[in-house]
Amino acid sequence: MSLFLIAALPFLGAVLPALLVRASRNAAAGTAAGATALALIGVLTHAPAVMRGEVPMARAPWVPSLGLNANLMLDGLGLLFALLILGIGLLIILYARFYLTRRDPMGKFYALLLLFQGAMLGIVLSDNILMLLIFWELTSLSSFLLIGYWNHLPEGRQGARMALTVTGAGGLAMIAGALLLGQAAGSMELSDIIARREAVQASELYLPALILILAGCFAKSAQFPFHFWLPHAMAAPTPVSAYLHSATMVKAGLFLMARLWPALAGTDAWFLLAASVGLITMVLGAVTALFKDDLKGLLAYSTVSHLGLVTFLLGLGTPAGAVAAVFHIINHATFKAALFMTAGIVDHETGTRDIRRLGGLAAFMPVTFLIGAVAALSMAGVPPLNGFLSKEMMLHEAAHTAWLGSELALPVLAGLAALFSAAYSFRFVAHVFLGKPRLAHAEPPHDPVVWFWLPPAILASLTVLIGLFPQSMAGELVRAAAGAVTAGAAPEIKLKLWHGVNEALMISAAALAGGAAALALHGPLARVWAVVAPPAAKRAFDALVGAATAAARRLTDALHDGDFGRSAAIFSVFAAGLGAWAWTAGGAAPLGAFPAALGPTPPIPLIGWVCLVTATLTLTALHRHRLLALVLIGVTGLMVSLTFSYFSAPDLALTQISVEVVSIILLLLALNFMPRETPRESSAARRARDLAAAAAAGLGVGAAIYAILVGDFAFAPISEFHLANSKTGGGGENVVNVILVDFRGFDTFGEITVLGIAAVLIYALTETIMAGPVRARLLNRRPAEPQAGDAHPMMMVVATRVLMPIALTVAVYIFLRGHNAPGGGFIAGLIVSVAFVMQYMASGFSWAAARQRYPYHAFIGLGVLVAAATGMGAWFNGKPFLTSDFGYVKLPGLEKFELATAALFDLGVFLTVLGAVLLALESLARYAWRPNIASAHPMDIDPTRDEAAQREEGR
Amino acid sequence: MSHLPVLPIVLPAALAAFILMTMRHHLELQRIFSIAGSVALTAIAALLVARASDGQVHVYELGDWPAPFGIALALDRLSAMMVALTALLLLAVTLYAVGAGWDARGRHFHALLQFQAMGVCGAFLTADAFNLFVFFEILLIASYGLMIHAGGAERLRAGFQYVAYNLLGSTLFLFAMGALYAATGTLNMADLGVRIAQLPAEHAALARAGAALLILVFAVKAAALPVHFWLPGAYAAAPGPSAAMFAILTKVGVYAILRMRATAFPESAPALAGLSEAWLLPAALATALIGAAGVLGARGMARLAAFGTIASVGTLLIAAALFTPQSAAAALYYMPHSTLAAAVMFLAADMVTERRGDAIAPGPRMAHHALVAAVFFLGAVALAGLPPLSGFLGKLMIMDAARGHERVAWIWGVILVASLITLMGLARAGSDVFWRPAEGEGRAENREQDEDDAAAGPGPAAPAQPSAALTFVAAFALLAALAALTVLAGPAMRYADAAVAQLFDAGAYADAVLRRP
Repeated sequence: MSLFLIAALPFLGAVLPALLVRASRNAAAGTAAGATALALIGVLTHAPAVMRGEVPMARAPWVPSLGLNANLMLDGLGLLFALLILGIGLLIILYARFYLTRRDPMGKFYALLLLFQGAMLGIVLSDNILMLLIFWELTSLSSFLLIGYWNHLPEGRQGARMALTVTGAGGLAMIAGALLLGQAAGSMELSDIIARREAVQASELYLPALILILAGCFAKSAQFPFHFWLPHAMAAPTPVSAYLHSATMVKAGLFLMARLWPALAGTDAWFLLAASVGLITMVLGAVTALFKDDLKGLLAYSTVSHLGLVTFLLGLGTPAGAVAAVFHIINHATFKAALFMTAGIVDHETGTRDIRRLGGLAAFMPVTFLIGAVAALSMAGVPPLNGFLSKEMMLHEAAHTAWLGSELALPVLAGLAALFSAAYSFRFVAHVFLGKPRLAHAEPPHDPVVWFWLPPAILASLTVLIGLFPQSMAGELVRAAAGAVTAGAAPEIKLKLWHGVNEALMISAAALAGGAAALALHGPLARVWAVVAPPAAKRAFDALVGAATAAARRLTDALHDGDFGRSAAIFSVFAAGLGAWAWTAGGAAPLGAFPAALGPTPPIPLIGWVCLVTATLTLTALHRHRLLALVLIGVTGLMVSLTFSYFSAPDLALTQISVEVVSIILLLLALNFMPRETPRESSAARRARDLAAAAAAGLGVGAAIYAILVGDFAFAPISEFHLANSKTGGGGENVVNVILVDFRGFDTFGEITVLGIAAVLIYALTETIMAGPVRARLLNRRPAEPQAGDAHPMMMVVATRVLMPIALTVAVYIFLRGHNAPGGGFIAGLIVSVAFVMQYMASGFSWAAARQRYPYHAFIGLGVLVAAATGMGAWFNGKPFLTSDFGYVKLPGLEKFELATAALFDLGVFLTVLGAVLLALESLARYAWRPNIASAHPMDIDPTRDEAAQREEGR
Repeated sequence: MSHLPVLPIVLPAALAAFILMTMRHHLELQRIFSIAGSVALTAIAALLVARASDGQVHVYELGDWPAPFGIALALDRLSAMMVALTALLLLAVTLYAVGAGWDARGRHFHALLQFQAMGVCGAFLTADAFNLFVFFEILLIASYGLMIHAGGAERLRAGFQYVAYNLLGSTLFLFAMGALYAATGTLNMADLGVRIAQLPAEHAALARAGAALLILVFAVKAAALPVHFWLPGAYAAAPGPSAAMFAILTKVGVYAILRMRATAFPESAPALAGLSEAWLLPAALATALIGAAGVLGARGMARLAAFGTIASVGTLLIAAALFTPQSAAAALYYMPHSTLAAAVMFLAADMVTERRGDAIAPGPRMAHHALVAAVFFLGAVALAGLPPLSGFLGKLMIMDAARGHERVAWIWGVILVASLITLMGLARAGSDVFWRPAEGEGRAENREQDEDDAAAGPGPAAPAQPSAALTFVAAFALLAALAALTVLAGPAMRYADAAVAQLFDAGAYADAVLRRP
């Protein structure tokens, strides 16, 4: 079976339980077991070849440029782990079917379990370190969901988050480590990396890579000081704990250390880091485990301790250590999974996991007792069980290794760990199954159905069989796996039960005796422990996360509190600073090195300049008075128009003037709804800050403009082309207009769109505002000012009526001449708008609007469409969008005149401008609307009034 | 001649105008036309990608005027890819807005959405710096409309800040453009590049200041620290689908940085040497961190998504700041990922908000609880850059590209630490919103419901949605795109490499745009 298929099977299988759970819970469990069994069979078909020393591979490129390839391999180490993952997985699936109650969503459980299984399998099959990383992080994610499976429990949620945070952080360190390692080895393929030991260890990247990778492994395998997440992960349902913490998740770190052992091990740094951390973890975990009263807590810390043991063995860096490590991985998986399942059965049958409340269960649950006792004794290292064998190997190694210059430290510490290990194992048996029953049961607990205890029974019998016949049961597997770990350097292995009387046996015997003694003294020891125990890491972790969250919240909330003034000040200062830095960087120009002053200033511009500056300064000083501010803005606009005019840009001047008129009118209308004065809202310090920021920005802009003015083009500007080609290519003498509608007509197309959108937006905004509570407030509004006596004075009405046709004629004229003389659609649109606005002003909006038949939206849409259609017209000519065409026509009785498609485009501009202005006006007018505002007459005085009155009298 | 390059601009513009003109009062018609338009745009974008794959720069001279005197559009692999991304996002957002009924809560949603697409596509296609300004204006005003769609005091307040801040950016754009024009006398990007390369020393200072400020404008668009302040409030207050659409707006800024640095501001030119990286890289690093901190500290789902966007853009900007061919290719791979992931997050936030309010706090079970949780979870996986989705690969690529850089430790450290903080924030939010039962909600009830989640009809808190199914179709379509980006990372990376090779070949671009022999 292809390795790809094997790796994919759990993921494919994960879909089925979720779908089939509606059929039945057995169907869900059955499909999960089926997928797992298939994958297991697939692995087994490769086993003979792997045992012969072959390494089946499956390769597929994925992201070659990154060195990431979907390459899988199955060597001895991978085989061992794959068998553990799938074999124990199968037992867990069976066990969980009976563990979970009807209220637990089983489809979800199996889907997540298989997802996790697939991720685990991917780790051990990967031949590419980046591929391995992907599966590595996937195990973190899927275990997060598994641990949080009972998410209504706070412990479940917190445990899940803690596991994710710690293993996730380790995973991130791993990413950096893996990239460094790949760089040092010159390949991301694991099979290459482990073959390049010299290159890796000689590289200067070795140490950082080692530290980062070990950090990842330690976090995953719950090594000190990252061990604290594991006990909290016990909030998961017991099948999950049994799976994650015996054979899989926590073994991933060990797996990776073993996988990279040929490349990384053997240096002092490796020894110091891995062996020391392993040793500390082993002792600390064992001691803590003894004093845990929760059955699963005890097992959790014992797991921590045994993981430390394996880390320690791998950290020794010797082939014999590696063999022992591999062997203990098998043994630990068997007895620990069996123990977790036993604990789950006890919990399930008695309803508690508290050791202090349990006792004497052997009488009620003989089968469970037998399974638990065998597994626990194996964990204690009692011969002839398998735990004894690998512990002996560990003690043997410890007895022959110096640590931190001391020959004695290792055997003593390892012995101490073995002692406590024996003690808590004995406690598991003695305090739960032996002694007097301490729980008052309404109904005495009993052994569960056979399918429930069968999985742990199988594992327990394995511990016996491996213990009795190590070589025939596990010898080949250990040889293959150890061969892979040590890259062939493993000594010839002969696993056997009896090694004769040696140091290891003596330490072991002492530890067992000491363990029994420690259990006898458990009561007093527990009281001592309660005093000297290290503080709970959870509290520190929670405090740290809580503080980080609070700090992050304070920082981001304070920075992003919607204070526009501050962010604008930061923007201004940063922009000014960046501009100044860019100006001077590179040493080309010091900040003050502007060329000499401009030439002499003629008087007229000087007057204009004074007006402009005065208006601006006054505006700044008096801007709180809104009406005055508006007037002053008008002055500034007028001065700008005059400036354009002075510099012979009549088009711009005309445009500016009409824009000024229209926008001032609209602003006046808006001001109608606002207080006359802007309230003073900011403190003096804040205003000083804003002043400084504004000054920085203003001076920066001023300096830039000065530099532009005194400088000259380095190259011929593109405007020379425009001047030269306006008449011949664009058919117009007014270069500005030709630029607008032809050379850069596309910009204009965009800008009229902006204008149209803006108007539509004002309309939509009004619509939503008027749908809310604002409407009522507006209706109840009392004007602060006394209103003018005549809202629609007759003089004004008459004047605007007279002006209307004149204005329209002027607009047509301006529009038509636009291409050759100052004018164009934009200005024409504004003039027509002003003509309409005058009618609205004179007779009131409602009166005027009732006489206006075309919706303004349509003007805008039509304008954009006409412009677009004009542009598309060129397509039929085989030309690009917006290509203009023009020709001269001679009609009888008329002078020769020009027809240009640009005029059509300008019509689009005209329509959009007109629609936009009027739509904005209409929207603003809606705020002022109130019932009966619409007058029946165009002016206050009805000219027909007298006539009507006479008729009234005459009746 | 082929008019394909101009279609992504003209089609949405004409469609939006047509909707405004003829079907203002017919929501159903608007929906039909809007979806059809999005489908058409997607088809056009596919054609554009196919067309650009020949490795040529396809130039479209508007008005038949030669560049640099007229405006030219230039279609290359990068532009085509960005247009395709826009079209895809537009389609999903349109479907979501229709499904969630957001388009019925105010006026002109579909017209504004199409105008938005016009602006974004134009920004990706134009080869003229001033024309880019015009498209920035279009997308700004359209996005403002989308942002304040459906109104509300908070939204209007945030909207004002959004538009005011971005107008500051627009003003700076004009100043910078003026300085560049004064120094070089041209507006065309390719021509700018050619002229700046030959710029006499006495004009260098002005060009440099102009270039730096223009990059700053793009940094504003991209929401880089310290000019990112407009984003969190605005995106958090915007309607969900609008915010999802805005995921592309920050990428317009990043795109413009890449494009201008490659084409218009050649750093091989003595005038501009080392101009951008010096400040862009620290800014990008700080952006990633502040975004991650915001995710951790967020109190609301939409704000979480907004800060997630900032964190993601920060990571993207790191790649854009390094600006080596390798890092740019990584950026191009990460770009669609970042866009789609942020969009999914906003949609997930909107789904939650619509059902039980925005707060990251325990609440009642929602309608479609499991589905919403799945969208959030997958979106969070994407946003945090975890496997199996493409963010992980993207981050690996960016880190890989930073190898050998003198600040590699900083870059790697920030990317990884930001990932961790983001992860913690997302786990906290997900746990509080989806797992933690509200006070008084018992375990029994909780479990009972879990079993038949998929069958659950709209619960009591369900909003009036025309079609919840459509919203999930949209969200899962985006997630499917992310999955495809992951599985097809090899071909995607080949495309990105080719796009970068083309992007960095400023000579070929200038030859095509300026019709140099």
